Parts: sequence; C-alpha cells; structure tokens
Amino acid sequence: MTRLTIPKTYKLYIGGKFPRSESGRSYEVRAADGGFLANASLASRKDARDAVVAARAAVAGWSGATAYNRGQVLYRVAEVLEGRRAQFVEELQASEGLSAADAARQVDAAIDTWVWYAGWADKFVQVAGAGNPVAGPFFNLSVPEPTGVVATVAPQGEASLLGLVRVVAPALVAGNAVVVVADEAHPLSAISLAEVLATSDLPGGVVNVLTGSPAEIAPWLASHADVNALDLTGAGALEWVDLEIAAADTLKRVTRPEPGVPAPSLDRILAFTETKTVWHTKSLL
Amino acid sequence: MTMQTSSLAPAERAVRLLGGDLTERSLRQHLEGLSGVDAVGLEQRAAGLATRSIKTSSKAWALDRIIELIDLTTLEGADTPGKVRSLVAKALTPDASDPTTPRVAAVCVYGDMVPAAVEALGAAHGDPDDGLVSVAAVATAFPSGRASLAVKLADTRDAVAAGADEIDMVIDRGAFLAGDYGTVFEQIVAVKEACRRADGSYASLKVILETGELTTYDNVRRASWLAILAGGDFIKTSTGKVSPAATLPVTLLMLEVVRDWHRLTGEYVGVKPAGGIRASKDAVRYLVTVAETVGEQWLQPHLFRFGASSLLNDVLLQRQKLRTGHYSGPDYVTID
Repeated sequence: MTRLTIPKTYKLYIGGKFPRSESGRSYEVRAADGGFLANASLASRKDARDAVVAARAAVAGWSGATAYNRGQVLYRVAEVLEGRRAQFVEELQASEGLSAADAARQVDAAIDTWVWYAGWADKFVQVAGAGNPVAGPFFNLSVPEPTGVVATVAPQGEASLLGLVRVVAPALVAGNAVVVVADEAHPLSAISLAEVLATSDLPGGVVNVLTGSPAEIAPWLASHADVNALDLTGAGALEWVDLEIAAADTLKRVTRPEPGVPAPSLDRILAFTETKTVWHTKSLL
Repeated sequence: MTMQTSSLAPAERAVRLLGGDLTERSLRQHLEGLSGVDAVGLEQRAAGLATRSIKTSSKAWALDRIIELIDLTTLEGADTPGKVRSLVAKALTPDASDPTTPRVAAVCVYGDMVPAAVEALGAAHGDPDDGLVSVAAVATAFPSGRASLAVKLADTRDAVAAGADEIDMVIDRGAFLAGDYGTVFEQIVAVKEACRRADGSYASLKVILETGELTTYDNVRRASWLAILAGGDFIKTSTGKVSPAATLPVTLLMLEVVRDWHRLTGEYVGVKPAGGIRASKDAVRYLVTVAETVGEQWLQPHLFRFGASSLLNDVLLQRQKLRTGHYSGPDYVTID
C-alpha cells in the first residue's frame, strides 16, 4: 500500500497560536510553474484587529525584557531557523521557483539577518542615545524607547522569507510588537517562519503573521488607533499615500515603501523608536 | 416603570403563595417540590442564544442599551473617595469624546463609600429612568456573608441612611447548602426590612445568590425562588469575587424563574448578572437571552442590570468603532 502524504494546513499566527481566519476564507497558493501548492488563510480585517490586540498585550513583556534577553531570544530564532534550513530551502524552491543554490542563499541570508539584529539589541541604545550637555548641574540623557505596536507590509513578490525577516527583525530589536502582512503570492515561508518563532522563546503576540491581501488588510491597520507605527516597505503597489494619510490621523510613525528587499541597517531599528530625554540632578547638595 | 414590588412588605409574597402559616416546612416543601433543571437542555439553549448575530443598527442600539444597564462597580479593598469620584465621573460621562453616550444606571460601591458617591453625583443622583444615576451599595458582610444577622442589618441600615438607592445583599450560602432555607429566608426578609427608609419607602434589594458556590442548577433555581419569595426586587448571580461568576446558562435559568413568577403573579422581578462579563459581544448575548426569555420589556434599568467595571470600556471602544469607522484602542478610554 502506498502512503498518502499529509499536506500542511497553512494558518495565521496570532497571539502565539495558529488560528484559521475568523472569516473562514482561504486562497490558493500557486507554485512558480502555476501548479497548485497549498491553501493559505485569507485574513480579514477582524483577524488584523485580533492581531493588534495580541500585539498590544505583548508589548509590555517584550519591551520590559532586558536588552540582553531580547538579543538572546532573537539569536535563538536564528538557531532554530538554522535547524530547519532544509525545509525552508524546499519551500522556497517550490513557491518561488528558485534553484537549490539560490534558495539556500536566501535562507542563509535570513538566518544571518537574525544574528545581525540580535547583536544590536543591547548595543543600539549606546549608539543612538546621548548624554546631552546642558547649562546646569544635571545629567541630561536621551535614550531610544520602543514605539509599541508596529504594523508592517512585508516586501511583495520576491525573496518572501528574506524580505519578511528584514522588516520584522529590526522592529523587534527595540522591544516593539509586530503585526505583519506577509507576501501575498508566497505566504508559505512566512507561516513556516511563524512556527520557528513559536518554538524559540519569543513570547506569543510579539510577532503576528497575517496571510492574504495587503490591499484589503493594510487600510484597517493604517487607521487602527491602537497601532503606533506603520511600516509600508512592501506597500509600493498599494495606494500607499492614502495609507499614510489614514495613519496621520492617529500620529503614527510611517516608513515609506521601498523597492526590493531592504538591507539590514541601524536606521531600521531606530525607525520604530521614540527618543525619551530625562533630566537628573548631579548632586543633592 | 416603577417597581410594583417596592411597596410590598417583606415576606408578603411568600405568605400569599404558601399561606399565612408560613413555616420552614412549607417553604422546604415548595422549594424541594420545584422540578429539576434539565442541565443539558439549559446549556444548549444558552449556547443557541449565543449564536445570534447582532449587526449594524441593532448593534448600535444594543451597545447604548448595555451602557444604560450597567452598574459601574468598584469593590476593592483599596477603594478611596478619590477612586469613587472618578468612577462617578465616568458614570456621568462615559466617553468624553462623544457627548451622545448615555449614562450608566448606577454606581456600585461598598457601604462606607456611599457618602462619597452621593456627594460626587450631586444633582445627577436619582432614578436611571430620568437620565440620572443611582447609588448601589453592597451590604451584609459582602462578599462572604459570614457575619451575625445584627451586623448585616446594621451594615444595610448604614448604607440606606447614607443615601443608597439599592442594596446588594449576599445570601448565607453556608445555611442554604446545609438545607437551612428558613434562616436564609428570614435573613433576606430582615434585610429587606432594614432597607426601609424614614419615609416608609424601601431601597431596592438585590439578592446575590453567588451561583458559583451553589454548585448545581437545581440549587440556583431554589435559591432564586427563595430570594423572590422573601421579597427581593432583583436576583443577582454573583459577587464577582468567586469564579465562576455570571454565566449565560445560570442567567438564563434565573430569567426563567423570573418569567415563571411573572406568569404566576404578574409581578416584575429584576435580574443582574455580575462578574466576568468583560466583552461587548458577551453582553449582547445576555441582551438576546433576556429578550428571548422574559421579553424586551425587561431591557430597562429597573429590571435588568450588568454588574461590571471593565465591560464599559469595551462597549465604548465598540461605539467608537461604529462612529469613526476605524478600530479604536485602549488609549482612547480611561484607565480604571
């Protein structure tokens, strides 16, 4: 008797759990050659709403963790991802039609990105913060603090794994929680990455992954009053000016679209921080 | 609608139903003669009612009505006059960004905080039917009820004298579970008597059954009958200090008792689920259950209340979503 293969159900990742879409909808994911690959959940605005609630609940714990601890957890993500390298290579080959070598290069770059950003967790404050000279007997310190909940549209159409990691990892470094809309055409590696995140000490809700149409979900995230920042990196094909206008109503920080996959940079970490300045007396005498 | 029951002398209902020679034995015979509760049927019915979808204009109506039915509650050991004042401010103006938001029905505080609540309400203190806010006080050694009758009565009289319009009393669950229905009955009757004001009117009496400690649906049905017979104006599920607090099946069961009592006597008795109702969606399910069990006429502050604190914020967030078209967040409501 031949064995039947068990196809995987690709669901959403919200609050550390893998629910189906609240709407019950799904859509077909096609391989590079046009053949059927899998069904993925088609997230609705209510899934986005639930994801924001989960992210908000996670902010206090994640931003309250020590910088060293956050770095360790992000490094752990790289470790677990390394252990599942083969699965990701296979998935990218199937969905993006890459050669084995190109797929492996993308997975390696994704792992290296996690390591690179993990290293920044307990260092970026020293680089971006400052001791300001003031005309009085005070210490005057400026330090970057996490913005809160960051809603992100991941790069669309190419390098689905690396693109996602390059937008999610920097937001996590400072202690933000993320709601990310994955690459619509290639969502499978995003959900597999969610499985990695779920098993690498990252508290539930710190990263929430939605699969489906960014055009449908992004406006709800842009206007959501409980989202603090909007990363439109992968929103170039959307009406992103409207999204920016909607985000302005609640004074969100907005990162504008950029083509391709963004390079790792300190600026990306600092894009989702706010500078807090404190005064402290040098002496009580 | 004014409460017909408020003019009744305590225990009058029991005398009318069970006869003038009211004894522990006749009370026991009546309570133990009640038919048993079909637990599976009850839970299925409650689950069925919870599936109703309430959208758009119905949802807007339901959200406003939920606010009008809330007893905004703070029952903490750490309550201060300042906290009660901010609770009252929220009761009067639940959402400062939208003046059309209705007021809640009442604020519910511990007895010693009643003067602070009355003072903070000022001219806005009164009947929720007139757009004013009542003051409810928990009494009778809330939440455990473990004190002598004299202490419970003094507790009640103090709160009424300080200006409480409504008294939330707890029954003696120990006596009830021991089968000592007479004691429970007499205590409710005595507390009802202690609710009498100088002018002869009575403060409305809500009888807390603490269903989470009664263990069976049959007990909940018996305790509901007992509380109604003894003169309770409301029957209330829980103190909020015991888990499980209010559940939909238990509230449905209590509503059925209230419905049966109405069919029997024509009198209106209120129901107050309290504790554990935090989401608008849950509260809407309670509204559906009330409307389907006793009728929409019960959806008014003299016959149905929610005992809640965090529920109000969730309802306000839902209202803001309906008004603005985008999702709101906890930054746009008060921190309680």
